[in-house]
This record gives sequence, structure tokens and C-alpha cells, in this order.
Amino acid sequence: MLWLVPALPLLGSVVLLCTEGRLPKMVVAVVGSGSVGLAAICALYVGMNVVGTGEWQYTETLWTWMAVGDFNPSITLYLDGLALVMTGVITGVGFLIHLYATGYMWEEEGYSRFFAYMNLFVFAMLMLVLGDNLLTLFLGWEGVGLCSYLLIGFFHTDPANGYAARKAFVVTRVGDTLMALGLFLLFREIGTLEIQAALEGATATWPEGSGINTAICLLLLGGAVGKSAQVPLQTWLPDAMAGPTPVSALIHAATMVTAGVYLIARMQDMFLLPGPAMHWVAFVGLVTLFISAFTALVQTDIKRILAFSTMSQIGYMFLALGVGAWSAGIFHLMTHAFFKALLFLASGSVILALHHEQDIFKMGGLWNKLKIPFVSMLIGSLALAALPGTSGFFSKDAILLTAYNEASYGMLFWIGAVGAAFMTSLYTTRMILITFFGEVKTEPHDHSRINMWGPLLVLCALSIGGGWLGFMVLAPYMGDGGVAVEFHAELIALLTLGVPLLGVLIGYLIWGNHAISIDKFAASNLGERLRQFFFGGWGFDWTYDRVFVNPFVRLAQVNKSDFVDLMFTSIASLTTAIHLLVKQTQTGQLRWYATNMVVGLLVVVLIVIVQA
Amino acid sequence: MTILYLILFLLGAGLVACLAERLNVNAPRWISLLAFIAATIWTGAIWLGGVDPATGFYVVGELSWIPSLGINVILKVDGLSLVLVGLTTLLGIIAVVSSWSEISTNRGFFQFNILWVMAGVVGVFCAYDLFLFFFFWEVMLIPMYFLIAIWGHEDRSYAAMKFFLFTQVSGLLMLVAIIALVWLNYEATGVITFSYDELLNHEVSGTVASLLMLGFFIAFITKLPSVPVHTWLPDAHTQAPTAGSVILAGILLKTGGYGLIRFTVPLFEEASRDFAFVAMLLGVISILYGGYMAYSQSDFKRLVAYSSIAHMGFILVGVYAFNELGMQGAIVTMIAHGFSTAALFMMAGSLQERLHTREMSQMGGLWVKAPRMGAMTMFFVIASVGMPGLGNFIGEFLVLIGAFKVNVPLTVLATIGIVVAAVYGLSLMQRSFQGTPNPQVAAMEDFGFREISVYAIMIVALVWIGVYPQHVLDLAQPTLDALGVAL
Repeated sequence: MLWLVPALPLLGSVVLLCTEGRLPKMVVAVVGSGSVGLAAICALYVGMNVVGTGEWQYTETLWTWMAVGDFNPSITLYLDGLALVMTGVITGVGFLIHLYATGYMWEEEGYSRFFAYMNLFVFAMLMLVLGDNLLTLFLGWEGVGLCSYLLIGFFHTDPANGYAARKAFVVTRVGDTLMALGLFLLFREIGTLEIQAALEGATATWPEGSGINTAICLLLLGGAVGKSAQVPLQTWLPDAMAGPTPVSALIHAATMVTAGVYLIARMQDMFLLPGPAMHWVAFVGLVTLFISAFTALVQTDIKRILAFSTMSQIGYMFLALGVGAWSAGIFHLMTHAFFKALLFLASGSVILALHHEQDIFKMGGLWNKLKIPFVSMLIGSLALAALPGTSGFFSKDAILLTAYNEASYGMLFWIGAVGAAFMTSLYTTRMILITFFGEVKTEPHDHSRINMWGPLLVLCALSIGGGWLGFMVLAPYMGDGGVAVEFHAELIALLTLGVPLLGVLIGYLIWGNHAISIDKFAASNLGERLRQFFFGGWGFDWTYDRVFVNPFVRLAQVNKSDFVDLMFTSIASLTTAIHLLVKQTQTGQLRWYATNMVVGLLVVVLIVIVQA
Repeated sequence: MTILYLILFLLGAGLVACLAERLNVNAPRWISLLAFIAATIWTGAIWLGGVDPATGFYVVGELSWIPSLGINVILKVDGLSLVLVGLTTLLGIIAVVSSWSEISTNRGFFQFNILWVMAGVVGVFCAYDLFLFFFFWEVMLIPMYFLIAIWGHEDRSYAAMKFFLFTQVSGLLMLVAIIALVWLNYEATGVITFSYDELLNHEVSGTVASLLMLGFFIAFITKLPSVPVHTWLPDAHTQAPTAGSVILAGILLKTGGYGLIRFTVPLFEEASRDFAFVAMLLGVISILYGGYMAYSQSDFKRLVAYSSIAHMGFILVGVYAFNELGMQGAIVTMIAHGFSTAALFMMAGSLQERLHTREMSQMGGLWVKAPRMGAMTMFFVIASVGMPGLGNFIGEFLVLIGAFKVNVPLTVLATIGIVVAAVYGLSLMQRSFQGTPNPQVAAMEDFGFREISVYAIMIVALVWIGVYPQHVLDLAQPTLDALGVAL
């Protein structure tokens, strides 16, 4: 029965692809979103049953993918607490986004193709989280990358979209290559890619930890970093915003980009073995969450603000994983899926109402004109800024406090994370105030229907109530003591609670009533340089272009005609040259031939005499 | 004898097709198509017939030819041969359909050449006599030369000559090695024989073995091809008519890989093991250099041609990893690449027919005009980029996971090739079908039923291999066991 969950979206995708857009739009909408909705119902049903058995584990083997010697991965689906949470997010939030997209994409060309890709994505993502085998996981892993590529470049007549799509695919593939190497190493050492068996094997083989285990973990981390847009492979995500907004919501916020978090959580037994792997995870998260929070502060494109904020929030999840707060990390993954999907969809409504305007400085005063998007955006922002009472508050608070309790670098983690939390509420406040308040710069035309604002309202409810969901539903199934965290130091707890509020306050003073003016600083030389530095994402793109992209492109131009061929063409030219040379002797003059004969004869005689 | 009849059938069909042109100009292509369909069904019947438990082969046929020199017609079909023969006949159908409307001169002779190449290839895959093997090796060369030289594009005579010289010179090395091997065996046993099974029992060692091994090796990697003897391929593929490119990339290259597995490695196991590092290194260089060269091309067909070099590198790496995983990976790669690249060459042919150019700077945004062609190109680019769930991934993953057990640094380099594949594959897609529609392209006819049905065959094949490769693996496994090389 579990197989139906990924099979339904796959079927939807195949149907939509094979009919080549000949179906009426209404049918496409029903097939496209219905297949995901049915998958969600199936997932709920299977999930209830699995929980009902009390074992929280369920395996369903479909077939042996291939069998060569001792390498025999099977296509097996595995459902446990972690997979259930992920499946719920993918099908549940996925369905809401599909529903929204039926309205959002209505006017666009390629309606059917869009839903075909989206359904294919849901299928691949489900294979990723349900795969019992790292190879099945890799199937999903590459599949979501493909769909991400297809959907970023969905409007393919604009070369910029194509560039963004290829960049996303290639950069994540660098990570995928590292991950593949991790799989090779794991298979060589443990002899299986089946996740549960490999984890058992690893803990039995290297109870004291080992360099190989660390190497495998770091290679997997490499894959996770690529997919989840963490430093140093984060550069593709902001450009990926070229895709339609529902794509950004589904793939580049709620699901695919959290695949790295899922991978590490799934392989946690190996990361927990002694070794530096955990610290690497934590530091990757810390650096990313910090860098991207600053970058988000200076962006002007509403989707890019959200993209950097996504990177930053996933950084929090990595930090959580790195300090061992597994369930807090996954909890944040879930709440983030709610509020970030909400933010993206709400911003999509704003963008649509303003005829595809994405610059926040060309918006303004929209709060009483676009009421539902405004309320949605506000609620999403509250959760993003982790203000008390929202879902983001519970999950982020849990992460921050666990980070503080980490043995070796706890204080550093906490300061970095709290600092970034301040930045988060600051840029969120900026985004809301500039977009929705102040004078009206562009007149909006709201034409959203129930299929668009319905999902927004559901996501609003989840963004607020999702925290309680975490406590009530999630905690028992996550395996490691739930999300309750001991409050060690009152002051730390208080600061963690208060810093986001401070961010909102300062944000209001700057962009709300203009009590604090930053114009002077922004206009100064230093301010401008800082802004550019932050705006460009801390120079990563700049460096990569110069170190990797440009040399490769230039090298390709130089050697277009393949220098190896010279080896063979020079044989041909040499033969021709000799031919031309020898041809000179053939003059047709009798005296020339006679002279040559005499000279030749003389040389022969001379040689004979010398020899004798 | 079934397999001999199959070869004779293809040769005969070639003659008939050639003559039938006088009756009706369209008759040759129909005869050719029906002959390949019949041959495919025939191969399927051999598969269904199962292995003869007495011999361990599907089909065995022996016939005396030149007894005084120990030369006989020995044709045997085991799993590996069968799967490759199946690929050959199936690609025969695809080749004929792909050039359905492309050829307007000498149609009979064109089909004659196609049928004779394929007959030669089937012979190569089944010959168990080294002389016979060499005979078929040459049989597939000459008609291919004609295909390029007569029906090729603007630079056809240069390309055809280059193809001929490379194959001929390297083939000569193999012939010398064959004769030397037979001579050594004669000295040791007093029997002159070209029989593969007999020669397999004869142990050659030391420097002589290495030299003879190189004779075979060079012939096969020239065909494969591998860097540095690959330079005939971009010219030949680019200049050949569509059917020629489909046959070249789809099946002729695989005779090189087959030769390595069937002859080089088992006949000179010791020497091959010593040579493994160099061979794997050549494979890795081919993967990276081929990928990088593919990216730098602006000609659609040339790009695909270079990508073939990159993919064939995986075969070298897999075979010389000397383990089951690597070998099986190499075999799956041969099959999957046969379909994925044939499809892309067909696409190049269709584009040239419509736009009269292969330059991608003259294309751009074609998806808008021909969405079916765009979607098909996307599928096969994705396949050749190595997407899990499609055949090429299985092959490459098995090769890499097998090679990793043997040599980590080389495997790491080969794995980087996967990133390069994404770079050139997506760039192909972007430059031809995506981006701003090229204003010079007014309108373009999209694919109809004929093209779509051929592509459907290839899609089904790639999905099948990608989702359940066991059929191929099971067919090849007994061969590898019998050869005993993959341990």
C-alpha cells in the first residue's frame, strides 16, 4: 500500500507528459493536484496503521533493482517516524502548493508540462525519503535535482532562466559526486548500501570511530551541502528563484533543499560515532546561517530575500544536527516548510497582483489592498522571526538552547545563532514594512481565487499551530527524547527569547517610523562596499566564476579542434612534405637522370672501396 | 547453424534490397526494415529458446572452411553475444527508420551497405575462430566506409578515409598478433588452429604476451575509441549520414568493448592484469577529455560524438577493474549507450534535415517550434547525463563502484566526469532547444508518428534497463563466469 504514495504522483506525471498538453486545463489541474492529494491520503492511512502497530517501522520491498555478485540493492520503501514526518510535509504541503499553483499558473503557457514536472518532483522526493537503500535514496536525490532543473528553467525562452537552471544542476551535482563517492566508500568498507544494515555495520565495525567513518560522513555532508544550499555550494539557490513561485515554495523552500538535513538525520548513527563529523555539520550550518542572514538584509528582490532566508534557516537545521538536536532539527524542518511555503505563496500572490514585479522598493502600501496575502505574509514572517507563540519560535528556540549546551563550542554556536536570529527578525521586518506599508507605488490587481487563498489560510494555521503539532504529534515518534529542552541558564533562555523581539523593534525604528536613520551610513563609502559585498553573497559567485567557470570556458575555446589530432595530421603532412621533396627529383630531363646515375654509382663504388 | 543463417539472411537481404531499387525506388528501405524486424524477432526466438545445457550456449554452429590452416567457421552465441546481437538488429530497425527520407541517391546500394555492416557486426559478436573474427571485422569496415564516403556530408571523403585508415592500421596490428599467437601455439602443440577455445588454453607469458596483448588492445581501443586514438570518431560521426552515425555510435563502437572482454583480457589475462592501470588511466582520460571536448563543440553532432568518447571511457575503466561489478557495468553501459546515443544522432539528423545545419549557433529556442523534438532531446540528454532510473546510470554506477574497490584516485577522477557530463549535456539542450527562439528559423515540422514510435522503442529500452537491468545482467553473467576473468 505504501508504494501507492510515490506511484500516484508518478502516474500523474506520466499521464500529463503522454497527453502532451491536449487535456483541458481543468482536467490537468485535477490530475496534477489530485494525484498529490491522493498520495497524501494514502500516506496518512499508511502512517496511521504504522503508528497503530506501535513499532513505528514498516518495510515494503518491491523488487530487486539489480544483483551483481554481493551488490544487490532492492527497491524497498521504509517508513519510520522520520520518514513519516517527511512524507507528511511532502504530500501535505506539496498538495497545498499544487492547489495554489492551479490558480497561479492558469494564464501561463505549458500548464500541463508544469504539473507533469511538479508531480515528477513529488515522486522523486518521496523516493528520496522512503528509500530503504542509499541507492534508492540517490535515485530520488538525482530525480529531485532533475525536476529542480526542469522547473527553474520552466520559462525556457529566457536564456537567464536556462542559465540559472543549469547552474543549479551543475553545482548540486558537485555535491552529488561527493555523495556518490561516499556510497562507493561505504559499500567497499561495509558491503551494503541498505541504510539500516549499513548503520548497524558501521556502529559494529567502528565503535571507537575511525577515519573512514569520518570520510564517509564528510562525503555525505558534501552531498547534503550541495542539495541544501549550504556554504560552500550555496550559490545556486538565489538564482533558482528564476522558477515560477510555486516551484520556489515547493522545491526551493519546503522540500528539496531540506533533503540534506534528512540525509544527515537518516545517517545519524554514523555521524554520532566518535570523530569530527558532527562539528563539521554544525560549522557548515553556523557559517551559512550567519552569512545568508546578512545577505538577506540588503536584497531588493522579494524572492531573493526569501531565498537567502531559506539558506539561513536550513543553516539552523544543520546546526541542530551538528549539536545532536536531531528532533529539533527535523522539527524546524517541518515548521519551516509551513511558514516558508506560506511566505513564498503569499509573495507569489503579491507578485502576480503587481504583474510580475519582484522589487520590494516598487511595492508599498499594499496592506489594505491585498488583505489575504498581507495577513499570510505577516504570519509567515512572525514565524520566520521566531516570535513567541508561532511555530518557528518553538523549533528555533529548541535549536538555540541545545546549541548552547553543546560541550566544546556551545557558546560560539549560541552567539552566532542568536546574532543571526536578530538579523532574521531585522530583515523580515524590513521586508514587511517596505512591501506593505508606506506609499503605494504600483496599483495591484488582485485576481486570486479560492484555490489560491485557500492554501494560504491552511498554511497560516499551520504556521501558528505547527509548534503544538510538534509537541503533540512529532515528539513521540522521533526517537530521541522529543523536543523538550532543559533551560539551563535563565539569562540565556531569556536572551534567546528576547533577541528576535529586539530585531523587530529596531527594524520598526529604521523602516517603520524612521526614528533611526541609516541613510548616512548607507551612502558612505564603507556602507556602499559592505552593501555590495553582502548583496553579491559574500563574493562566492565572483570567486567561483574566476577559479572554475572562466578557465574552463576559455580552455574549451582554445582547444576546439582537438590538439591530439595533430599527432595524426602531422603524419599526413609529413608524408605530403616528403612527397613534395622527392617529387623535385623527377624533372623529365635525361641529363639530370644520367648525372644522378653516375653520382649514385660513384657513391656505391666508394662505399665498397671503403668497406674493403 | 541458426546464427550463420541469420548472417546469410542479412547479407542476402542486402543483395535483394540493392537489386529491388530497379523495381521501385522505395522498395529497398522496406526490404531492409522488414529484414531487421525479422532478425530482431529471430534473435528474440533464440533468447526464448534458452541455453542448451549440453554446450552452455544458445546456439552453436561449426563448418569447415580452410582445414589445412586450421580455419573453421565457428559461431557460438552465449548471453553476452546474444544481448549484443539483439542490440544490433534492433538498432538496424532504428537506423533504417532514421534515414527513411534522408537518402535520395542509390537507395538500393545504401540499404545494401547497412545490411552488410550489420551482418558483419553480428559475425564479430559470434565468431569463435580468430580468422573468422578478423574476416567479419573487415566486413563491417568496408560498407561503413561507403556509407560515409558516398552519402556523407560536406567533408565526407576526408572523414571516410580517416575512419578507414585508423581502423585498417589498428586492424593490421591485431592481424599480426593473431598470426603470432597461432604460430606460438603451433610451436608448442604442433597444431595449426585459429580456434578461440584452443588458443584460450595456450598460455603466453612474458614480454611476448604483453606485445600480443597490445596488438589486440590497440585495435579495440581504436574502435572504442579511447584517447589518444579517438580522433577519427568526431570526423566520421559528424560526416556520416544519420543511419551511419546511428550504426557507428550505437553498435560499431561496442565491438571494441566486446573485443576487450572476449579476446584481449581472456587470451592474455596475466599481461592484461599488469596493464590494468594504464588501461584504466586511458579510460579516465577519455572520460574527462571527451567530456571537456564535447563542451567546446558548436556542432550538434560533433558534441554528441565527443560525448561518446567520454562514455566509452567508462567501458575501459570497468573492464580493467577486473571485477564482476566493473565488467557488468561496462556491458550495461554498452547497451544503454547504444540507445541513448543513437537517439541523439537521430535527433541531429532530423535537425539537419529541417534546418540544413548542425551548428548550434543557428539553432536556439527550437522547443517552441517543435516541442516533441525538444522533449525527446531532453529525455536522451538526461539519460546520457546518467540519471538514475535510466540505463546509463546503472552501467556507470556499477563501473564506478567496481573500480573504487581497485583504484580510488582513478575512480574519483572518473566520477568527476559525471559533473562534466552535466555541463556539456545541458549546454547542448540550452543551445539547441532552449533560449530565445532563433528568428532565422521560420517554422519547423515536429515529429510525427514514425519518429515518435522509434523513439518510444528506445525510451522503453532505457527505462527497462534502468529500472530492472537484471535481464541484461543475467545474460552476461554466465559469460563472465566462464571467462573467469572477473574475480
